Amino acid sequence: MWAFIHKLGSPKWFYGISARLSPWFWAAAVVLILVGSAWGLAFAPADYQQGNSFRIIYVHVPAAFLAQSIFVSMAVAGFIFMVWKIKIADMAAAMMAPLGAAMTFVALFSGAVWGVPTWGTWWMWDARLTSMLILLFLYFGVIALRGAFTSRDSASRAASVLAMVGVINIPIIKYSVDWWYTLHQPATFSVTSRPAMPLEMWAPLLIMVLGFYCFFIAVTLMRTRSEILRREASKRWVRELAEEVS
Amino acid sequence: MAFDSLSAFLAMGGHGVYVWAAWGVTGLLLVGVVIHARAERRALLRDLRRRARRAQYHGASGAAAPPISHQEGRARES
Amino acid sequence: MPLFREPEGGAGVAIRATLKRDLVLMMRRRSEVLNPLVFFALVITLFPIGISPDPELLATIAPGLLWVAALLAALLSLDSLFRSDYDDGSLEQLLLSPQPLPALALAKVAVHWLLTGLPLALMAPLLGIMLSLPAGSYAVLSLSLALGTASLSLIGAIGAALTVGLSRGGVLLSLLVLPLYIPVLIFGAGAVQAAILGDGVSAHLAILGALLAVALSLAPWAIAASLRISING
Repeated sequence: MWAFIHKLGSPKWFYGISARLSPWFWAAAVVLILVGSAWGLAFAPADYQQGNSFRIIYVHVPAAFLAQSIFVSMAVAGFIFMVWKIKIADMAAAMMAPLGAAMTFVALFSGAVWGVPTWGTWWMWDARLTSMLILLFLYFGVIALRGAFTSRDSASRAASVLAMVGVINIPIIKYSVDWWYTLHQPATFSVTSRPAMPLEMWAPLLIMVLGFYCFFIAVTLMRTRSEILRREASKRWVRELAEEVS
Repeated sequence: MAFDSLSAFLAMGGHGVYVWAAWGVTGLLLVGVVIHARAERRALLRDLRRRARRAQYHGASGAAAPPISHQEGRARES
Repeated sequence: MPLFREPEGGAGVAIRATLKRDLVLMMRRRSEVLNPLVFFALVITLFPIGISPDPELLATIAPGLLWVAALLAALLSLDSLFRSDYDDGSLEQLLLSPQPLPALALAKVAVHWLLTGLPLALMAPLLGIMLSLPAGSYAVLSLSLALGTASLSLIGAIGAALTVGLSRGGVLLSLLVLPLYIPVLIFGAGAVQAAILGDGVSAHLAILGALLAVALSLAPWAIAASLRISING
């Protein structure tokens, strides 16, 4: 167990193992997203209430899932970095943050676009959209804090602490926003909470969610490998690797 | 198949603009992320090779070369 | 026989000393204590001018306005929480002391709350009158602000500790801290709304108390870790 963790902490070992793993995740991501898109866009039946505009769910929900999961992974990586001083964890956390912010933006944008046919307006202070917006600000905070320090070690540790504080707050924020929303807007139509979806509707959703997760893993592996090259540029194995590639 | 024709598919029962806007932005962003990640990797490898050549040319060890500048303007190793 | 003896007393003495020192220091810089209060009053003045002097309209938005303005006033004072100690090096002394840092940080936050949160809570009813806040909600307004600002001080201190070493930490601090303030704002303003509507307020106040309990149990450790990052970095 400990040997494994220490091995995982070695950038060189991680660089090698991630090179072997990442093609699988890329392939899975492409296949799942393509299949899910075709199924969701063309084959799933239209919703009896919302018609075809409900097909936005197939990008909105996976993006929203990913946005939250990435923040949690970032906090877990931060915890690993703070406790065991494993640099790879911090590199991964640093690379995850912009992707998480991008996914939060996608969820917000698709939610806003979805609002036009559903609510007749681009923006509603809907519980889900509001907590997504707050999540976006949390991402901005982590990214900005990391960028503000001149020393990399301080930046890493500060971002880790903030990610952990944020992840404790996310459920609290989520529940308080839900509570606030039900208090002020009783019995409005919520876009995604619906009585049991038929299989033909949720199967493509599941495929899309899995595809987005694979995409996240693949991108994070790739960018973490780049980050290793950047931070370990003066190590011998990195120099040899660069010559090999050329 | 939920649609009879290609035009019906594109129209999405009158909601085409919204569906395609949401899907389009999502798709563009995913592709953009991949392109950015690839460009970043290429630039880093090119930089590493340049450093290796410079080290050979000067006959000095690469470790003495200055660290790679940060693409995203982040801090240098403390 | 060791060369240097441990000073008499333990953590209790250190905490009391920190409390006393911070109180004395803050009382010497009265303007720093008064600034958030003046800011609070000013912001509240801006709203009737910007929206409308109509008492009915003001009464409906008063709970939210008062809470948001108090929250911003508390935020304004956060940057100075560790700043002067950082500048004159006494923060480093605090870190070097053998006493548990979370407890000492908690003492500093307590002083901050005593001199910003509590005065804001006491002043809020006065501004409530100016916004024609319905009668019967004044006590709840004060109580919810007193409870809520304690959580705000604790959460804000994490942000202040993270940014104290940065030269332009002010704007960053608000970016870090404001999203974390949202639950407190929701339940604080909610308590005042409930009091106006005549609903029970005990649920809101209980949740504010629960938030404070969570903040009290976790924030001191986060503040201590953040201070270590800012000083050693």
